[in-house]
Amino acid sequence: MEIKEIQEEIIDEFSMFDDWMQRYEYMIDLGKSLPLINKEFKTDDNIIKGCQSKVWVHAELEDNKLIFTADSDAIITKGIIAILIRVFSNQKPQDILDADTNFIDEIGLKEHLSPTRANGLVSMIKQLKLYAVAYQTQIED
Amino acid sequence: MLDIKKIREDFPILKREVNGKPLVYLDNAATSQTPQQVIDAIVDYYQNYNANIHRGVHTLSQEATDKYEQARLKIQKHFNAAKSYEIIFTSGTTHSINLVANGFSALIKKGDEVLVSAMEHHSNIVPWQMLCERTGAILKVIPMNQDGELRMDVYDELLSDKTKLVFCNHISNALGTINPIEEIIEKAHKVCAAVLIDGAQAAPHLVADVQALDVDFYTCSAHKICGPTGVGMLYGKEEWLNKLQPYQGGGEMIAEVTFEKTTYADLPHKFEAGTPNICGGIAFGAALDYMNAIGFEEIAKYEHELLEYATQELLKIEGLKIYGTAKNKTSVISFNIEGIHPYDMGSILDKLGIAVRTGHHCAQPIMDFFKIPGTVRASFAFYNTIEEVDILVAGITKAKSMLL
Repeated sequence: MEIKEIQEEIIDEFSMFDDWMQRYEYMIDLGKSLPLINKEFKTDDNIIKGCQSKVWVHAELEDNKLIFTADSDAIITKGIIAILIRVFSNQKPQDILDADTNFIDEIGLKEHLSPTRANGLVSMIKQLKLYAVAYQTQIED
Repeated sequence: MLDIKKIREDFPILKREVNGKPLVYLDNAATSQTPQQVIDAIVDYYQNYNANIHRGVHTLSQEATDKYEQARLKIQKHFNAAKSYEIIFTSGTTHSINLVANGFSALIKKGDEVLVSAMEHHSNIVPWQMLCERTGAILKVIPMNQDGELRMDVYDELLSDKTKLVFCNHISNALGTINPIEEIIEKAHKVCAAVLIDGAQAAPHLVADVQALDVDFYTCSAHKICGPTGVGMLYGKEEWLNKLQPYQGGGEMIAEVTFEKTTYADLPHKFEAGTPNICGGIAFGAALDYMNAIGFEEIAKYEHELLEYATQELLKIEGLKIYGTAKNKTSVISFNIEGIHPYDMGSILDKLGIAVRTGHHCAQPIMDFFKIPGTVRASFAFYNTIEEVDILVAGITKAKSMLL
């Protein structure tokens, strides 16, 4: 599925919730079901700065597509990562770079996050895009 | 007995809702709320006599100067300082500590030792580290035990002729421990070391008598005792303040200026460069009036009841662990629930209208000591109620069911 399609799917899912409680419960569930990251990738080098909780992200290239795996010590943060991974993992680096991130505003994620968490979300997206830049360069070489 | 219902009427903010729920404000150790009496003092200043102080010849300036200096006298009286000029207005505790740390640069030399407690706020660690880097002095740490109490036996061993300065908070912001500052001061003085006590967390709960304590420096922030942000005070013994170099140069702090040489003004102006937070200083005085009218003994007694009740009810929650279990502590409870990140807990509580602090509380060394990423901290003030403790407990239980 293309990034845009996945984003629309997520917007649809979130539109079903009436209140923040359901949104949080959904994100917590997503966090709990996020596949475990390989332990060897939970290194200090893979920590994203700018989050109050710890977030590790690992990226690798398979068939010219970027596969992201991640983890966090906080469950709501993990839920946010799960959403981002669903959107951006298993996509071509150039597509990740080209993707806009308006869907985050549309699902009302930011307004339901504390300012520090919203900053963390921005840092996470930035980090995923940085990986895409790095691997895109590698492909072009 | 405090009439809490009546007291709450003084705080307009306590009537508001957060996320559709009545606000339960339990982040008082970060900043206290502001009563109408203090808000009125702020409005009165800007509506009626806003002017620059100490140098104007006109009426408004004189009125503002009088009120500002009256506030200094209120602070002097509150902390029982011997002289009014031993009270320096600052922007808050952090500013006060930096003022002293910088002032000591010329008085400290390589090899001298500076002692700091293990439960300090970053603002009482970093300025001393910087002082040590500048001077070659050595920073040594007074450790604490698992209950969050200072190891006074180790303190005795650390003190020596080399010790020049000792820094400690009166009450820990992260743990609520009331430190034995009388003993700390007395022992430091035996080796002729100066002592600075950070009273930021103590000022809302008790009255420190700086003469009885014989403390060299004491500091606090107005915003933790029902005053506005951006203003605080430094008490310093006259002899020490005279020895310290000024921290900032500028207007107000000079006696005479030529391009060849400047002579500094007398205390307290030597340390009050530039136009101060005039309104803030006056409101600081109004806040002390407000708190003293209620009475610190009554406040302490009531807050202790809140602490005991909250501790008892929180400990009923399975998996909940309290950090900071000193025998002598104030109404601050730092806790975690097994398997739950403090940040997740704080986020859900916020959605329920409950304001707590999460994280390392600017005291990372304490978190490292307990090997945790942070805690959830509920801190109570005299305007909090038993019902609010119940709402907190219900909120934690709800969050726990969502998160685990």
